Amino acid sequence: MKIIFPVLIVSGLGLAFGLILSYASKKFAVEIDERVEKIRGVLPGANCGGCGFSGCDQYAEAIVGESAAINLCPVGGSGVVTQISEIMGVDSESGEKMVARVMCNGTWDKVKIKFDYDGIIDCRSAATMAGGPSSCIYGCEGMGSCKRVCAFGAIEVENGLARIIERKCSGCGRCVVECPKGIIKMVPAKSEYSVCCSNHEKGAVARKNCQVACIACQKCVKECPVGAISMDNFCSVIDPSKCINCGKCYKVCPTGAISKFTGHM
Amino acid sequence: MKWIFRGGVPAPHRKNTKDQETAVMGTPSKVVIPMVQHIGAACSPTVKKGDYVKVGQVIGDSEAYVSSPVHSSVSGVVSKVEPMLYASGKMVMSVEIETDGKQELHNSINPPVINGKDDFLKAIRDSGLVGLGGAGFPVHVKLNPPKDKVVDTLIINGSECEPYITSDYREMIENSSGIIKGVKLVLDMLGIPRAIIGIEDNKPEAIKLLSQEAESDERISVRAFPSRYPQGAEKMLIYSATGRKVSPGKLPADVGSIVLNVNSVSFIASYLENGIPLVNKRITVDGPVVKEPKNVLVTIGTSLKDIFDFCGGFISSPYKVLMGGPMMGIAQYSLATSVIKNTNAILAFDKKEGDLPSESPCIRCGRCVTACPMNLLPLELNRLVMADKYNELNRYSVLDCIECGSCSYACPSKRHLVQSIRLGKDAVKRTIKR
Repeated sequence: MKIIFPVLIVSGLGLAFGLILSYASKKFAVEIDERVEKIRGVLPGANCGGCGFSGCDQYAEAIVGESAAINLCPVGGSGVVTQISEIMGVDSESGEKMVARVMCNGTWDKVKIKFDYDGIIDCRSAATMAGGPSSCIYGCEGMGSCKRVCAFGAIEVENGLARIIERKCSGCGRCVVECPKGIIKMVPAKSEYSVCCSNHEKGAVARKNCQVACIACQKCVKECPVGAISMDNFCSVIDPSKCINCGKCYKVCPTGAISKFTGHM
Repeated sequence: MKWIFRGGVPAPHRKNTKDQETAVMGTPSKVVIPMVQHIGAACSPTVKKGDYVKVGQVIGDSEAYVSSPVHSSVSGVVSKVEPMLYASGKMVMSVEIETDGKQELHNSINPPVINGKDDFLKAIRDSGLVGLGGAGFPVHVKLNPPKDKVVDTLIINGSECEPYITSDYREMIENSSGIIKGVKLVLDMLGIPRAIIGIEDNKPEAIKLLSQEAESDERISVRAFPSRYPQGAEKMLIYSATGRKVSPGKLPADVGSIVLNVNSVSFIASYLENGIPLVNKRITVDGPVVKEPKNVLVTIGTSLKDIFDFCGGFISSPYKVLMGGPMMGIAQYSLATSVIKNTNAILAFDKKEGDLPSESPCIRCGRCVTACPMNLLPLELNRLVMADKYNELNRYSVLDCIECGSCSYACPSKRHLVQSIRLGKDAVKRTIKR
């Protein structure tokens, strides 16, 4: 008989708490917009911050709560935008797939080395020391700061030059912010040609410091049939919105500063 | 009352050149004078290629208040006006002058007429004087604190705590009367009641000489401070002299002090006498691979190569050349760099002395914490920088670091502490800007 009382007490307590809990869950229920949950399910979950919010959760909340733009997710691309637009019932303006590109071709054998750098292996640290060990102060330092921040393993550093594997690149833009030289640029993935040089010195000086520098000869500017190439302070720039990927500039460039990207490096 | 600042390291003195009289180097065949020789706005050149300039002629000036004009240090023809290699390793707009050896003074040079404080400050600006201790802050700005700050102490920095450097020491020995004259002038002009000359106790002769000179004036006292690096850093010196602590982000004027280097005050005295702007600088040339280490009075704009040649060249090819002391100096990769106003030493090291030791893991012994004169936690800052946790760095007051290098010096694991903290400071400053 002794066992009866404890059993009754415990089951009585269980019943009481159960009733309180079920009442509380009705009474104090937090209303979650089910669209947030759905959008969260659609987003890739990389939490890269490329949209400008701290993670996918926050972006999903912002789309529903603050009516943030739906095409901010660079990782998901147009697929995600269409899905979000269905959930939210708005028109989709699908974002173009963008990739990061290192605007430099100066590997260690193409530039001169000013000094032996024995400090911290970090581009920003090297940049504070006389603009880095490479003779071109505009170029890539090859210490791999961009590689360390890339969450998708899309950057490799070889022979003192960072290269982006475009099929892995999600376009989050972390490396663009990280690069102390500011030579990583976002370009549409469909654009096949880029001027891989950021040197703004006069042609002769640029050539002296790096064999593959843009020497501002303007041959590409004259060659371009659609006028997509312009000179920005002794360095030519291709405007991807006008470029038709004809490749004439690539063929005419005397130093090899213009590179071809086929998208599956 | 004796105040001793917390932290610091007993860095070796190595004042090898202290007993040698300053050698005067003639004018080199060409000088390169950068338009940035101070903290503040860069000057823009006021001469062009082909102009004939004379000693003391203004060749660069700026409208900005925190800036200091640049003068020609030689007479000759301007051969280039373009960006050239600067002490930081970057390219900076500079004027190259081919000298003709006549060293004629420009006709604008006259002793300034001083009728009160405003004239005095204007004269200091015209002289091109910047803090000669190393930071190069324009002195006319230093001497003109905001109206609401009451300055009651002028502190003269004769500590010279960096190893090897003896250029301030030679000034104190060779020109002690000039220093005291300059101190009196500043006290009179700004109406400051007292001056304290702070000298490390490893320089007894300088203390004796300056005490004798200062005897007649009861406003000036000469004090010996313990020889402990970084005694000569502004905040440490203020604490040692007055017991006042400068809070983070505040200036010496907030605790009623102005700090000037011994060279700065003696220059003020000589400028008011003869009106010749800052065109010469005494620098220490030393290091294990320099054949004849000595103090040299050089023309501003002389290249490092010319100066090392004047000192007999190198015994063996140098592994590392520093502009400044071994604790805080900037490594140079080319001897084409020229001496600027705030250069106080050029040192050349062999591989044994100059090599940066490789790092071992942190053993959390806390020696860097004991060594930090700013009460920071270098090991934590290092950890956060290496983990890219820049948001947290601010909580650990990374921007208070004075980059003295005591932590790196004290570390038994030879970790590159100050280097990483500099990196962290840079990143935090960039985030704040953004």
